[in-house]
Amino acid sequence: MDEDYDVIVLGTGLTECILSGLLSVEGKKVLHIDRQDHYGGESASVTLSQLYGKFKQNPLSKEEIEGRFGRDRDWNVDLIPKFLMANGELTNILVHTDVTRYVEFKQVSGSYVYNKGKVYKVPANEMEAISSPFMGIFEKRRMKKFLEWIGDYKEDDIKTHQGLDLDNNTMDEVYYKFGLGSSTKDFIGHAMALWTNDDYLQQPARPTFERIVLYVQSVARYGKSPYLYPLYGLGELPQGFTRLSAVFGGTYMLNTPVEKVMYTEDGKFQGILTKEGTARAPVVIADPTYFPEKCQSTGQKVIRAICILDHPVANTSNADSCQIIISQSQVGRKNDIYIAVVSDTHHVASKGHYLAIVSTIIETDKPHIELEPAFKILGNIEERFMGIAEIFEPKEDGSKDNIYLSKSYDASSHFESMTDDVKDIYFRVTGHPLVLKKRETVESEQ
Amino acid sequence: MNSNVASIKLVLLGEAAVGKSSIVLRFVSNDFSENKEPTIGAAFLTQRVNMGNQTIKFEIWDTAGQERFASLAPMYYRNAQAALVVYDITKPQSFIKARHWVKELHEQASKSIIIALVGNKLDLLESDEERKVAREEAESLAQEEGLLFFETSAKTGDNVNEVFLGIGEKIPLKQQEVQNGNGASVNEVSRVDLNVAGSSGANSSGCNC
Repeated sequence: MDEDYDVIVLGTGLTECILSGLLSVEGKKVLHIDRQDHYGGESASVTLSQLYGKFKQNPLSKEEIEGRFGRDRDWNVDLIPKFLMANGELTNILVHTDVTRYVEFKQVSGSYVYNKGKVYKVPANEMEAISSPFMGIFEKRRMKKFLEWIGDYKEDDIKTHQGLDLDNNTMDEVYYKFGLGSSTKDFIGHAMALWTNDDYLQQPARPTFERIVLYVQSVARYGKSPYLYPLYGLGELPQGFTRLSAVFGGTYMLNTPVEKVMYTEDGKFQGILTKEGTARAPVVIADPTYFPEKCQSTGQKVIRAICILDHPVANTSNADSCQIIISQSQVGRKNDIYIAVVSDTHHVASKGHYLAIVSTIIETDKPHIELEPAFKILGNIEERFMGIAEIFEPKEDGSKDNIYLSKSYDASSHFESMTDDVKDIYFRVTGHPLVLKKRETVESEQ
Repeated sequence: MNSNVASIKLVLLGEAAVGKSSIVLRFVSNDFSENKEPTIGAAFLTQRVNMGNQTIKFEIWDTAGQERFASLAPMYYRNAQAALVVYDITKPQSFIKARHWVKELHEQASKSIIIALVGNKLDLLESDEERKVAREEAESLAQEEGLLFFETSAKTGDNVNEVFLGIGEKIPLKQQEVQNGNGASVNEVSRVDLNVAGSSGANSSGCNC
């Protein structure tokens, strides 16, 4: 191979795959490479034998694994737990690129919060809200007034603002106006706006307002919860976008380490050398692992524990999938603990099995102990795989050397920050903002 | 008239340049072009075939070039009900690759998948090229592995329709097994169709046929 491309993409994580899909559709000639032998990078879904290989010093043999957990190929275990917001940006991108043709989705059955030692369902509609034991009657009325304000708010109609200014009032001031108590604030900020800590209280209200709108609209779209999940696991998403890229001419090479990065005399990216030969392009997009020297730690570390269960989680009405949020205030922490549960109905586990991934931002030097409240909720755990990931970000914006790097996948429970990163990189690479248009469906039919 | 339309996902597998896309082009458009460039932007091609009182709509998935560096995604053959494993009868290497794909499909794809082994480029024998993969060798592989077997020429159209008709004949009987046999009793009702901009209520399974 001695070939020229418009863009070289390194790493097949979801961020990189969406970008190569979008750029290919626009007619760019894309070469997409991964050093690993499978798609997905950090956002892959792997079989149990791959999981044992990644996490355990003395992995079980395939025979032992299948003896305990059924057929290996029935497992597609996510390495990073996230759900799609039904009305979120990733859903928009999937619809507008037609990648929905390749991936099927199910609703996540419910969203739950942990409060005073118990697990409660987050009400998904007014009926559930009225009957929920979670709030007293007066607090429910105040909450209703708050949500009506959100629903009626129109940017250009000052009357609907009720005297509040989203850019100047802090969220705490908004809560104060509606007279909301601390457990309701906790509920709104963590279960609806999905903030992982309380820093948002002292910041302008707008981002929180927007997050609540996203939550409410996402719940309204399909009914049970705001979340969607792809059959066969999150690893289907990067694969779907690589297919999009490929049908628009993208070239794919797995199992191909980068042996050398080539630069021009003035220090700009020029190309790479692999076992297949040389490939040149004026621009490279990559995940942080391909250019570690050009990335820095954000100072955050996330611990994730992948747990195999043979039972649904207690007090979730035997949900086949759910999110449980353990708010920081409930367990004396700064950051929330998340539990994401999926099961055999999503083709990610063998029959009768559930996968629960527990995660949080590390606060102490004994991170596994920080997850204990979540393990208690899960009950008996058949097998557990724990890992710690440092969150990296690029040091520079790429304009100097044409090397555009993505951020690590953060601790949030959904893909909104990832799609922000996609749009940001897209803008820096192309010079124009990403505009999602429904593309013409190309399908010849006789 | 036919009221039953069964949609069948059919995937193409085989080494680069054995004529996978050409076979499909012949089947779908009754056309052939030398040095055909890969189709840009087509998610898959479709073609309907009438079989008695049933119509089969083939959704034919091309590799889109992802086989060039052995980088096909498992998603590609997920849920495929049929596969064409294609080789070039003048290229022994492509037959070795075909054996690999048959093995891969048996390991990774749905248990009830119907696989057709297709030796392409019969027309080259007319132009003095030498056959390098014996018909008997391919037949015995097909027999061992339970495959349909055809030799075709996408260029002349020889035997191409027969491949798809052969698969079509096997389908109605197999359909039942797809539903019951692979342990994938997914609750269809809870699947959602993202393309429906519904504002409320649960959307049922989205079949866009």
